Amino acid sequence: MLWVAWKMLIGNRVKYLGIVFGVVFAALLIAQQSSIFCGLMALTISQIRDVEGPEIWVMDRNVQFVDDVKPLADTELFRVKGVPGVDWAVSFYKGIARARLQEGSYEQVILLGLDDATLVGAPGGVFMGSIADLRRPDAVIMDEAGYRRIWPDEPYRLGRVFEMNDRRAVVVGLTRASRTFQSFPIVYTRYSQAVRYAPPERKVLSFVLANAVPGTPPEEVCRRIEAQTGLQALTRRQFIWKTIRYYLAKTGIPVNFGITVFLGFLVGTAIAGQTFYLFTVENIRQFGALKAMGASNWTILAMVLSQAVQVGVIGYGIGVGLAALFGELLTGGRSRLSFFMPWEVLAITAVAVAVIVLLASLLSIRRVLVVDPAIVFRG
Amino acid sequence: MAVRARGVTKSFGAGGSLTQALRGVDLDIPYGELVMLVGPSGCGKTTLVSIIAGTLEPTEGEVVVLGDDLVAMRSGPKVRFRRENVGFVFQSYNLLPTLTAVENAAVPLLIAGWGRARAVEAAADALDRLGLGDRLTRLPAELSGGQQQRVAIARAIVHDPRLLVCDEPTSALDAENGRITMELIAGIAVQPDRAVIVVTHDARVYSFADRIAAMEDGRIVSVETDPRRFASGH
Repeated sequence: MLWVAWKMLIGNRVKYLGIVFGVVFAALLIAQQSSIFCGLMALTISQIRDVEGPEIWVMDRNVQFVDDVKPLADTELFRVKGVPGVDWAVSFYKGIARARLQEGSYEQVILLGLDDATLVGAPGGVFMGSIADLRRPDAVIMDEAGYRRIWPDEPYRLGRVFEMNDRRAVVVGLTRASRTFQSFPIVYTRYSQAVRYAPPERKVLSFVLANAVPGTPPEEVCRRIEAQTGLQALTRRQFIWKTIRYYLAKTGIPVNFGITVFLGFLVGTAIAGQTFYLFTVENIRQFGALKAMGASNWTILAMVLSQAVQVGVIGYGIGVGLAALFGELLTGGRSRLSFFMPWEVLAITAVAVAVIVLLASLLSIRRVLVVDPAIVFRG
Repeated sequence: MAVRARGVTKSFGAGGSLTQALRGVDLDIPYGELVMLVGPSGCGKTTLVSIIAGTLEPTEGEVVVLGDDLVAMRSGPKVRFRRENVGFVFQSYNLLPTLTAVENAAVPLLIAGWGRARAVEAAADALDRLGLGDRLTRLPAELSGGQQQRVAIARAIVHDPRLLVCDEPTSALDAENGRITMELIAGIAVQPDRAVIVVTHDARVYSFADRIAAMEDGRIVSVETDPRRFASGH
């Protein structure tokens, strides 16, 4: 009988497309907006993710997210190194600097200072020059998007010079770094160089990056660091989630996206529900005839639910497919759109679509279950 | 007796809007007979046939069909009873417009749990017997009224029911197709262990009846076993 239900459904093209459209619309909007939201959240943590190698981030106790830098005294590095279970620890500078270009204009940049000896935290995607060139005087590596922003429509060229805090900086390499929330150019240099580019402050150390001794859980080492130094120590994963939680709790981003997602859910439910109900009402005599011929309420229920599931699956597939296509087409090249579709977005959209088709079919189910089979004898 | 009804009443609504559709109907339908229920609109024919078919509960009375007491029967067994024992031919055919002729005819078998291929094969045989062997894959909209009614008859008999209930089967057909339809119903469905009830207004088909029960105002006012005599009197 499920096959009969399927043929009943697809036989009425207009209604069928209307129901599917409602689900597609909802799935597209939910998946697309959720993915843009995830993309924005990914931007907030991109700098943590780009720093590969160290598993532990140590910072001031009051730091709430990665851009909330509260400088530490340089001596904190040695205190962290002294904690049992710490394999190694290095300094890491993160701050905003003002770059003065040769033509006289200014541009704000994110300045990252890497440990002079080890260059821990160096970018992985260098495609012009090399990391080792950072050891040269005044050397900096810039991210590709930043280069294009400062020198648009100009070919990539190493050796370009600009100034930060009246000090000369020479671009010795270009890298593909993840975009940040502020979308400023990212400039990598040695720690000792970075503190000279930065505005003079008594304390300049932003983070201490560390690793646990092999075999010791990083979480345990974090607890020891906090207990011994009074600083805040987080694993990379903990720091990522702390940053995301900050943006979720302290900004209007989730609410704005949530409203759009909710509207998509509502409109999708309304379109799909109304059309599905009309479809059922249109076929009510047929359902009555089936009941008269001996189809049980369970059979009728299974038929309606199978119709709902079918449009749900098709609508979901098309909707998330369109959302993915949207992301694929609009995030390449120089697009500034943030789009990240993890499996969780697909799962949430699937749950939302399941709720939509369930809600959409509830009225129809009620209608067909109460229909009197004797209806077929009434002309 | 295929059908035995005693003192059947049926009322709809309550209080001031109470409508008495049946007022104590007694009716016997022997096996092997085609019985017609005739009478003016609103006299209770459809209500009575709905109760006999097990799609409507009587308010009072006794209804025994094919040996089963329908009044005492609970909802689930009654659905099963209809599925196994009753075939329906409706006035407006009630074919599923998106199914082909053979798929429509197979519906009772699908409801009974048959596999699709086997059900369609049996339905094709039934349609072939009714002269629609070359129209199996046509949609109802592609068939004439007479052909649609034949598909409906195939659907009604495909699962070999012992009681065939026909509601105005010829009202939408011209004289020729009405005659063919009644010949098919009488020829295929009336067997020694079966019975057929036909609700009709159509005096042209009275001659196919073994017995004609005339209804008026919720009661059976006469039962005539000679259709020609009945026809001449109406």
